[in-house]
Parts: sequence; structure tokens; C-alpha cells
Amino acid sequence: MNTFLKISVSALAMTLVTNAAQAEGKLSVYHWFEYIPQELLDKFAAEYNVEVTMDTFDSNESMLASLKAGKLGSYDVSVPGDYMVEIMASEGMLDTFEPSELSNFGNIMPQWVDVSFDKGRHSSIPYQWGTTSFSVNRDAYKGDINTTDILFNPPEELRGKINVLDSQGELLALASLHLGIPQCTADRGQLKALNALVQEAKPHWASFGSDVAKDVLVSGDAAVGMIWSGFSAKARSEGANIEYAFPKQGYVVWMDNMVLLKDAPNRDNALKFMNFLLEPENAAAVTNYAQYTAGVTGTEPFLSDDVKNSPESNPPASPVGSFVAACSQDVQKVYDTIWTNLKK
Amino acid sequence: MAGALTTSKASNNSTYAGLGNLLMLPSWLVIGFFLVLPVGMMLIYSFLTKEFRGGIIWEFSLAAYDQFFFDRGLFGDDPARIEWTYIKIFWRSIWQAGVATFFCLLIGFPTAWFIATRTGNSRSIWLFLITIPYWVNLLIRTISMKFLIRDTGPLNEFLISTGIISDPIHIINTNFAVQLGLFYSYLPFMVLPIYASVERYNFALSEAAADLYASRITTLRQIILPTVKPGIIAGCILVFVPSLGAFLAPDLLGGAKTFMIGSLIEEQFKGNAGNWPFGAAVSMILLSMVLIVLTYYARQQSKSGER
Amino acid sequence: MAKKLDIRRFPGFLPVTYLCLFLLYAPLIIVMIYSFNDSNSITNWGGLSLRWYVDVFWGVESEKFKTAAMNSLLIAVAAAITSTSIATMAATAMLRAGKFRGKSIGFALINLPLMVPEIVTAVALLIFFSMIGFTTGYLTILLAHIVFCIPFAYLPIAARMQSIEEVYEQAALDLYASRLDAFRLILLPLMTPGIISGFLLAFIISLDDFIITNFVKGAGIETLPTAIFGAVKQGIKPNIMAISTLLLLVSVVFVTLSYLVGRMGQNKK
Repeated sequence: MNTFLKISVSALAMTLVTNAAQAEGKLSVYHWFEYIPQELLDKFAAEYNVEVTMDTFDSNESMLASLKAGKLGSYDVSVPGDYMVEIMASEGMLDTFEPSELSNFGNIMPQWVDVSFDKGRHSSIPYQWGTTSFSVNRDAYKGDINTTDILFNPPEELRGKINVLDSQGELLALASLHLGIPQCTADRGQLKALNALVQEAKPHWASFGSDVAKDVLVSGDAAVGMIWSGFSAKARSEGANIEYAFPKQGYVVWMDNMVLLKDAPNRDNALKFMNFLLEPENAAAVTNYAQYTAGVTGTEPFLSDDVKNSPESNPPASPVGSFVAACSQDVQKVYDTIWTNLKK
Repeated sequence: MAGALTTSKASNNSTYAGLGNLLMLPSWLVIGFFLVLPVGMMLIYSFLTKEFRGGIIWEFSLAAYDQFFFDRGLFGDDPARIEWTYIKIFWRSIWQAGVATFFCLLIGFPTAWFIATRTGNSRSIWLFLITIPYWVNLLIRTISMKFLIRDTGPLNEFLISTGIISDPIHIINTNFAVQLGLFYSYLPFMVLPIYASVERYNFALSEAAADLYASRITTLRQIILPTVKPGIIAGCILVFVPSLGAFLAPDLLGGAKTFMIGSLIEEQFKGNAGNWPFGAAVSMILLSMVLIVLTYYARQQSKSGER
Repeated sequence: MAKKLDIRRFPGFLPVTYLCLFLLYAPLIIVMIYSFNDSNSITNWGGLSLRWYVDVFWGVESEKFKTAAMNSLLIAVAAAITSTSIATMAATAMLRAGKFRGKSIGFALINLPLMVPEIVTAVALLIFFSMIGFTTGYLTILLAHIVFCIPFAYLPIAARMQSIEEVYEQAALDLYASRLDAFRLILLPLMTPGIISGFLLAFIISLDDFIITNFVKGAGIETLPTAIFGAVKQGIKPNIMAISTLLLLVSVVFVTLSYLVGRMGQNKK
């Protein structure tokens, strides 16, 4: 026992020492875990002779909280979702760059340049995008699934077999689309209707869960699952007989973006990295790994067939999806009350 | 009864009298510096104005406590009424944690007893057997538990195939599943402290009781329980208090349809709400409740020790 | 001896113990089975395969998980040793040092880490560390873990100490033993079961921590829980099941070794 302790303590001491090793060029990335292939990081490190360190977070909000609590200034780039880019910009957490500083800026698909959360792309580049709606088990229900009624006013056979994402933003956005009201509306009547809608729908839902959104569909615990497109594709490949819906009322589009953080210790390397990720081959590598969609032109030849032909990744031309809006403070307060009411 | 075991001489002249502060110093340093100070800061935060989307503004405000105790309707401009939402959430968490603690005690006490009555080396093997499952991450263990108890899971299939039941028992996403999740998260925290005190139990006392024709139950109630009480109380604290703030296991098994205290606070810091002062206030209310109960218990105990 | 055994045994305690073990291990059997799953799923069986073990040892991501597992184990061992020592000293102070200033709030202080919700500790600690200019890294994780492990070590240790009569140490003192010797030679050996229990609880609570670690860890440092919880973009894959099974194997090997070493020590005596 004693020897074991001695060995572990000295091993711990060694880890502490080896991690303090210095290198010339550095890049510090704050990223989701398992959202970028290790090969790609290695490739960048080798090409530009930069030592890349990566720290990870598990949700947009916890990233924001960490940065606010004092981590801002220790990372160069991060990967927030669309609405979070807007929030971080309004909090003054982002640095800006000129498009001319990125030689591959022209590779960004035109529709993703002038986005609502970063007009003209002065702080961010597209990373991956996808959609959020729901998937239905085709053994359990044969009817039309392209309507948000499946979640909010489900047919008899699906009641009590629905899992929804434990995410206020996406759930209330879909609910707003269902009612045909604008997101983050300040109209009291509409907000009351929104409140009433989720209250009435809740008895039909079996559970709220994000971590297990995929697994409840695969195991058959849920017949309907609100889910992200990439997760649905994975659930299908794992053997679930499910179909991903693009409801006629609309669905949620989300986009993760790489942003340049304020007080980045290695701004130059950060821009090199962003430029690197805008190369079609590298963007495609991320897509093949994460199974979402890149916002870069020319990735087609590098994509695997699975990803290229996935029904989840190819939304119809109409209806179009919409981003989750970042509400004003007053409306957000009502949203929070609705959410608390829902889960009280 | 416990008094009979501790000789009165001991409390008059303690072995390490005068060393109290020295021995407490490391705890004071570590906990004082890395917990009391930060949490003190949180106490201040609970009286400050919230910054939109997380963070605080240095302006005094009672808004967080107001939100906890008063209901002002969906839009915040109705006349104030008593807010039951959060009280209900507290009550629910206390109830679930209490039931889980009860089950832990029910299973944990006999197990601890059994282990304590093994001989020398095999005891440590048993102790490790109880803790080895906890080398596997809680999330993974909980997901596997979910797999086991689902409607079409192995448990139900087994029960149906043996003919005990004809329809699957629906466990998942119920209150019972929440309690099961808490029970499963904290079981060893009941077993080990009880083991540590039962191991010390002097079986000559049971013998004496048996000689006096006491039944097993009487012996258990009158002699054994008072002796091992410190272990039972330690175990109950270690299961109940963390259960109050837990959210992972109850959410995964219980379906997260309702807030527990833990998930309510989590939402304030990591969710959309981003209301740090309110999260801090809820924590402070929880903290003071537990603190009052524990201090009361500690005082009772030191009183009975002095007698 | 036979008579003693009879008193020790309560009808029903043995079955309850087996029930307890069954409840603890049943989910682990699922973990082990699914670590051999050929599919990407953790709930659908796709045939027998060793691919996830290959992935754990030779996959591109394997290095990350290996370091994460190593970090977790080392931090847990270091945090458990430190907090158990601190807790033993504190228990001696609270139960064996008579009255002293600050004793009355000592109990509350030691149990404070238990009472503060984890997320609050996490955010507060991170703000605090950055306020005093402490760079997040191994040290911040270790300090945080030591803090929240203390009550888990303290409670079993104190429960044990309460059930040991002080007469033994008093007798030693009467025979002119120093107080250090009374502690080292009398109290500590009697305390062993309590200390082992406290150490084990501190160890597993440190090994499992996600929320606090997630906030106070520095760039490039993962522990196993942060790696597992962070996998939200990919979903949980059976490679986690394989890692868990390997960890179980490590723990079983460790326990068997310490058992054998313990028996050898006894034989020598």
C-alpha cells in the first residue's frame, strides 16, 4: 500500500512538471469535447509549428459562465452556437478581424456571411451547422410527421412516449413556431399562449433529456424524440427505424461558429487556425467526424457518402429553418418564468 | 446506554487537551481559504443585482430573495402573493432524499453488519467490493441502471418470463426511479461509516443480553443501535445532504420533468436563466437549512457527551 | 466461538448483503457486456467484437482518454490521502482535545463542503481563483477536490473514533507514554477501519466529480468525467464502456494484490 502511494505521488509530481514544458508558437482552443478530430489538430500543429492545447466545455452556457468567472484572456478561440455569438459580442467578449486577414474568407458560403448574429462575419467563421426538430419511430406511427403537432398536440398512439430536449431555448423556439408567433415576442397574449401550450403539452411528454436524446430513440424507450439532426442520423445508423421531420411550421437551425476571443494571447495563430479551418478539405474532415454540415464551399469531394446522402443533413428548400433568437432581458425573464412553471 | 460505554474519566481530562486548535488548523486553512471565502462571496452575490445572462452588478438588491418568496405572475407586475413553486421544489427534494436515505439505511445497515462480522482480511475485500462499482463513472452507471429497469429491459423480461408479473412494471420516469437513482448514487456512503462503528461493537454485550434472555430484536434495539448510532448518523448525513443537491441520477432516471433543488440551482448558472444572484440565494437558503439542522445535532451530541 | 457466531448473526442480514451487492453490480454487468458491442450504440446489441478495446488502446483519441484516466486516478489518490489526513487530525481535535475555542463551529466548518451545492462551489472557486491570480491547472483541481473530500473522510473517521473509549490512551499516558505515542501506537491502529472507510469514500467521490472539475480545470487537462460528460456532440459511445470495464479490471487487480500482500505480511508475523 505504501509503495503504491509513493509511486502515485511521484507520478503526479512528474505530470505536473512535464506539463509546464514551453514551446514557441502556441494556440489555446476552448472547444466542445470530441467535436474536432485529433488528426486535424495534429495536422495544424505540424503545418504551422504551433503547439495546440485544448480545453473543453459541455454547453454554451457553461462556457459563458466560465469565461465570465475569469477564464477570458486564457484562450484564443472558442466555438459558441449562433445565439451565443451574439450574446458574447454584446458582452464584449469577442475580438474583431478584417475579412482580408483571412485568405480563405471567400470560401464561406454566401448565405452564411451576412448572418443575423454576426453581420459580415467580423468575429466569427462558420464551423458546423445543423437543425433541431424531432424524429419519429416509424414502427410506432405511420402518419404524417412533418408537423409540430407531433410534439405539442400528439396523436393518441404517441402520447406519453415523447422525449424532449432539456433546453429552454430550442424547446420554446419550436413552440413559438408551432403557434406561428415570433420568437421572443413581447406581446402578452402571445406569451400567455406560449405558456399555456407547453403546460398542456407536458402531460404527453415522458421525459426531458439531452444527454440521452439519441439513446432513448435507439432503445425504443421513446417513440418520438426532439433531437439534433446529427444525433438522429447516428440513431438511425445504430438501428432505430426513425425518420427525421422537417415540420411545415418550421424548425430550428443552429450553427456553431469559431470566434476570436477578446484578449487572445496568440491572436496571429488564432487567425491562422481559423483560416486553416476554412479550407474545404479541413472543413470536410470536421463534417465527416461530427456528421453535421460545414458552412464552406467546395467540401463535396472530401465528404464521405454517408454524410453526403444523409436525409437529416439535407433539409428541403421549403419550409426554411430559423435560428433561436437571443431574447431581450424583459422577455427572457418571462421565458424563465414559463420554464420554471413548466418544471415546478 | 451509550454513556455506559464511555467512561466518565475521559471527558474530564482529554488526551490531546490544548492541541485542539493545532489539529484543526489544516481544516481551517484549506476549507477556510478555498470554500468559506468563495462561498462568502456567493452570499454577497445573493444580495446584488443580476447581470443579464450571468454575472452580477455591484448594486444592493433583494430581488433574488423576493423571487424565492413572492409570486408576481408571469409578467412580474401582479400583486405579490406567496410563491409556492420553490417551496414545493424544496419539499420534493427533501422527501426524495429522505426516502433514498431510508432505503440506504435499510439495505446498508445489514450489509455493514455482515461485513463487520467477517474475519480480518476478508473484511477489507468486502469493503472494496462495496466501493469497486464506484470506479465507473456515475453517468455510465446511471445509464446502465436506466437500461436495466426500462419497460423492455432485462428486469422486466426476467420477471415476465418467470411468470411473476404479466405486464412490465413501469419504473422509468417515476418518483420511484428518482429515489432509486439517489439510493444507487450514495449506497456506500451509508455502508462504510456504519461498518466503521459496528466493527468496534463489543459482542460480549450481546452475549450478556442473550444470557439475560433478551430476544434478538431487543438486543438490536436496546444495545446495538445506541452503540453504533454515530455511524448511522454519519451515514445518514453523507447520503441525505448530497442527495438534496443531486440532479444527474434523478434527472436521467426520473425524466427531469420537475426541478429538484440541484437542477434548479444548476439552471441559474448553466442554463438560459443565467441568474447568479438567484442561484446564490437558493443555495444560501438550502445551506442555512442544513446548517441549522446539523448544528442542532452537534449541540445535542456535545451535551450528551458532557453528561 | 460457536456461541459468539450465533449472536453475531441476524437472520436475513446475509440475503440483504447479497441483495446489496446485486444492486451495486447489476448495472456493471450491462457495462461489461456492452463494452464488447460491435455497434456504435450503447443500447442496441450489434454482435460480439473487441473493436472498442482496440479503439481504447490504439485509436486516434486513445491518448486523450488514457491521460484523462491517469489524471483522474492520480488526483483521486492525492486528494484522498490529503483529505483523509486532514480529517483524521480534525476528528482527533473534535473528539479527543476537550474544549477549545472554535470547536463549536468546527463541525459546521468541516461539513460545509457537503452542504454547498456543487455548482455554487464550482463558480465561486473559479471566480476566487482568478481574483487571486491563481492559474487553473492540476493544482486548482487538486485543491478543490481536497476541500470537498474532507467531510466524506471525516464522518466515518469521527464515527469510528466516537465508538473507541478513551481509556486506552489514558492508560498509555498513565504509563508515561508521550501523547504522540498514544496517538501513533494506540489510537491510530484502533482507527484503521474508520480511516480506510474515509479514504475509500474520499477516493470515489473525487474520482466521480464532474461539475467542480469542469470549472476549475485548466487548458489541456481532462479528467475522465469531464471527457465523458463533454462528449455531448458525439453522444456516448461504447468506448466509454470499454474504459469503464478496464478501470474495473485495474481496481480488481489492485484489490487482489493488496489482499495477497496483506496475507504475506500476516504469515511473516
